[in-house]
Amino acid sequence: MMKCVFVTVGTTSFDELIERMSAQESLRIFKSLGYSRLTLQIGRGTVVPEPFSTESFTLDVYRYKDSLQEDLQRADLVISHAGAGSCLETLEKGKPLVVVVNEKLMNNHQLQLAKQLHKEGHFFCCTCSMLPGLLQSMDLSTLKCYPPGQPEKFSAFLDKVVGLQK
Amino acid sequence: MACVLILAAAAAAVGVVLVLRLWIVFRCQDVTPRESLSLLVVAGSGGHTTEILRLLGSLSSAYSPRHYVIADTDKMSANKINSFELDRAERDPSTTHNKYYIHRIPRSREVQQSWLSTVLTTLHSMWLSFPLIHQVKPDLVLCNGPGTCVPICVSALLLGILGIKKVIIVYVESICRVETLSLSGKILIHLSDYFIVQWPTLKEKYPKSVYLGRIV
Repeated sequence: MMKCVFVTVGTTSFDELIERMSAQESLRIFKSLGYSRLTLQIGRGTVVPEPFSTESFTLDVYRYKDSLQEDLQRADLVISHAGAGSCLETLEKGKPLVVVVNEKLMNNHQLQLAKQLHKEGHFFCCTCSMLPGLLQSMDLSTLKCYPPGQPEKFSAFLDKVVGLQK
Repeated sequence: MACVLILAAAAAAVGVVLVLRLWIVFRCQDVTPRESLSLLVVAGSGGHTTEILRLLGSLSSAYSPRHYVIADTDKMSANKINSFELDRAERDPSTTHNKYYIHRIPRSREVQQSWLSTVLTTLHSMWLSFPLIHQVKPDLVLCNGPGTCVPICVSALLLGILGIKKVIIVYVESICRVETLSLSGKILIHLSDYFIVQWPTLKEKYPKSVYLGRIV
């Protein structure tokens, strides 16, 4: 069974993360942890690593896809920027997640959600420079699972307030 | 002189009537029993659209027809809406409930646009939103925070003030908002009939809001 890491930056750019993930140091760490495939979704970034495939390791790189569902589904570990969409989609799939905060975008409102979910223990959170250390020390089994949202509570509320007859 | 007085009196009378109407519209929350209702949904870009489609997914087919309003610069949302509706139609093939329409209006605020130009573009989209709302006359407007929803909700409110139709305005603040409201939220908490938040911190800060837990 091939273990995959999926790195996603959504529609933004996060060159520092992509640069670090494709560096020899990180590839060595991934291999030592038993991963044999790394997929980088780089968005608008200007750092575009060269894809390669050897017997023991494959690196895929692309900018966007219509849907990241397939890559998320296949991943055994997801490393994401702090975007709400990426975080929620990953958690809903029940995949272990590391959120990397872009220090250049500290007052982005999306950080509110990442901060809260991190506080609740749903993923690990770090900066680019802390990432290699975290990858080697983290214990994925300590993450709390993320219960699905309850839109049915919304529809029940709405039915009532608009006076919908059952 | 008399002319000025008459004009002033007329303006004051109109003002009083409008304030009275506004008061009536806000007070009027009587629940009329009904079997179906038309829905106008303001879909934003990206995450906003994903969230609102999740909410729509839970609604029964009594919410029909569904009118979607999207920003004219938004390419992704139309695709997402079409595939959402296609899914829905497949699950429930009784064609009568699967009517939907997509309307486009100019976006009132691009990310990082300056405040002054935001005011101007909002006025412009207001000018275009009202005819749309007037034409659709939805029973319910549902939105979750993209800039476009402010002119739409103001237009819906105006429909009530003018006595044309009382439109129920429901605002759901995005799941991303844990501690502070979005700009649209700060405005629409005063104009909406039901203002739903998804984190307890916001419910504490804004007691008027409704908290149902995490609903997306």
